[in-house]
Amino acid sequence: MRKFLMSTAAVAALFAAPMPMAQAEESVEVLHWWTSGGEAAALDVLKKNLEGQGVTWKDMPVAGGGGEAAMTALRARVTAGDPPTAVQALGFDITDWANQGVVGDLGEVADKEGWDKVVPAALQNFAKHDGKWIAAPVNVHSTNWVWISKKALDAAGGKAPETWDELVAVLDKMQANGITPLGHGGQAWQDATIFDAVVLSLGTDFYKSSMIDLDPAALGGDKMVEAFDRMAKLKTYVDKDFSGRDWNLASAMVIEGKAGMQMMGDWAKGEFLKAGQKPGTDFVCIRFPGTQGAVTFNSDMFMMFKVGDDKKKAQLQMAADIEDPAFQSSFNVVKGSVPARTDVPDTAFDDCGKKGIKDLAEASSGGKLFGSMAHGYAAPAAVKNALYDVVTRHFNGELDSKAAAQALAEAVAAAKG
Amino acid sequence: MADLTTTAPRAVTNPRATLQDLLPKIVLAPSFALILIFVYGFIVFTAFLSFSGSKLLPDFSTWVGLNNYVRLFNHPNWITALKNLAIFSVLYIVICSFIGLALAIFLDQKIRGEGVLRPIYLYPMALSFIVTGVAWKWFLDPGIGLEHVMQSWGWESFSFRWIKEGQMAIYTIVIAAVWQSSGFVMAMFLAGLRGVDNEIIKAAQIDGASTLTIYRRIIIPLMRPVFLSAFVVLAHLAIKSYDLVVAMTDGGPGTATWTPALFMQKFTFGRNEMGMGAASAIIMMMMIFAIIVPYLYSELGGKKK
Repeated sequence: MRKFLMSTAAVAALFAAPMPMAQAEESVEVLHWWTSGGEAAALDVLKKNLEGQGVTWKDMPVAGGGGEAAMTALRARVTAGDPPTAVQALGFDITDWANQGVVGDLGEVADKEGWDKVVPAALQNFAKHDGKWIAAPVNVHSTNWVWISKKALDAAGGKAPETWDELVAVLDKMQANGITPLGHGGQAWQDATIFDAVVLSLGTDFYKSSMIDLDPAALGGDKMVEAFDRMAKLKTYVDKDFSGRDWNLASAMVIEGKAGMQMMGDWAKGEFLKAGQKPGTDFVCIRFPGTQGAVTFNSDMFMMFKVGDDKKKAQLQMAADIEDPAFQSSFNVVKGSVPARTDVPDTAFDDCGKKGIKDLAEASSGGKLFGSMAHGYAAPAAVKNALYDVVTRHFNGELDSKAAAQALAEAVAAAKG
Repeated sequence: MADLTTTAPRAVTNPRATLQDLLPKIVLAPSFALILIFVYGFIVFTAFLSFSGSKLLPDFSTWVGLNNYVRLFNHPNWITALKNLAIFSVLYIVICSFIGLALAIFLDQKIRGEGVLRPIYLYPMALSFIVTGVAWKWFLDPGIGLEHVMQSWGWESFSFRWIKEGQMAIYTIVIAAVWQSSGFVMAMFLAGLRGVDNEIIKAAQIDGASTLTIYRRIIIPLMRPVFLSAFVVLAHLAIKSYDLVVAMTDGGPGTATWTPALFMQKFTFGRNEMGMGAASAIIMMMMIFAIIVPYLYSELGGKKK
């Protein structure tokens, strides 16, 4: 029996041996999860640019879970020693991979094109590791937006709220007008997206100390209790079927006039535009009341892996194309986000896009540009998800505000360990 | 020694007999090797992982002892998952067995159309849990499903919103799982019922026993092995329950419907806590062993005697 096991093992080893893949001379293999219509169309721009330069694009789309499925696929590829050229990635995932020592170096292109000067410093914290460029940022989404139906707003007084109290007043009026004031989907990341904005509305210093620095005193303190109280208040404005709803269905509620507003990142704008709505006339975009001047961001980046010399040239070409201002403009007009470089002209963008670009530049120069906790730019995955747990349990009424603040401090401490 | 001297010459003179001796081993060897590596090998691998400080990728350079297990049992989501497992598995097994047995007994009354009815009950098993989960999610959603339909038919006060309520959501998963598996359990019981010796039943009838008594005192006790098989099949399905939960609630509302399998997947792949994920996998495996080992012992041990 032992002999058979040995020979079987030998055969198995033979099959497991790495097979040299047939490669075209210039090609990039790109792992991403941009599979929905608008996203795929936006990515197609990059693909066409590269193909025009003689680089073949090998598409490796893994949809689902906001990139979780793609990260699982990536794990398998990296463990097998055959990483793709470029991988769409977010925030601390990039840092985590960089710590594994498997990422490439884009210094050659970045230095030549002066990325250091045009990409906001807050993004560089992720796109650079140990002073080396490892990822090419494609866009900047900001998450502290509120999308209000113009019709519902007019019926509720017509003035966009600028403070928390004004927001509550508008929501109350919308409720009195017989619509659902807040269109929201009860998924942990959506709850956390609102939570980001609520924490930010209590002060940029508070956001920094609690979400970025993870200071236990801030996480479990009185101000956090207040933040949870605000979440509980917002909960009273959602409809009773909110649990489990996808974010785009919540956008649809606002578009159809069933709901008054949605608190969501700027990818929601794409839903409004697709429905033929115009910024200013059909819907209004404002920063979450009390957060004007500050931005919580989430940036899609293409993280570049260590590849053989035969593929290096194509990889650098791809990175250069991503940071091309013309591409940054055309891509982000389609995607709803704003360019990752601050020197791209805003002429092609709509009013909300122009406001986004202006706010980003202002926040970046004023030191008020922060990574979004809900989207993995404030803390690593373990901490982020620990926060999700607490926020979503509180939002679903399992915890009161005091207990939630305490649980938050404990959960974050446990996740850090 | 005597054996060797007698068999060795025969092997030389008769290669066919040698081949026949070896054939079963040759046929079994690949699957044996594969199982050894890919099942038991990876169990050992996972056990190692659970004692390591692995985060994003397997990492055997840092050892943390039982720390992953300590963190696991201090994590509120794991406690929720264990509670849910207890609720889910007890209800699922009991209700499935009860409905399965009832259906089997009804079908066993030599009724016309059994050939049509049997597959109707059995077909849900042919669906994947994902399909079942999505269908039940829509059906139970108050906005578009049962509640909406009932209210639009005029029953305005009708309310069934368990899937949106943290306290009740786990029971909706029980409902969907029972719907899916009862037919299968029925088939198992039906086979058991058909296997009962008619002579015994006839003898009981001659003695004047009522149908109820025959079932209660004779047939059901005779089906003990079927109950056991059904229990083992259902119990391991319950512990593994993942796809149904993902499709129906994805652990929500809040964290109300987390199960151990969901915990394992989310921690290993979503939260870059591979060590804790492996620890939860090992705990799940121990739960399954706690069920399977006594079962195998009673089955195999019984036959030897």
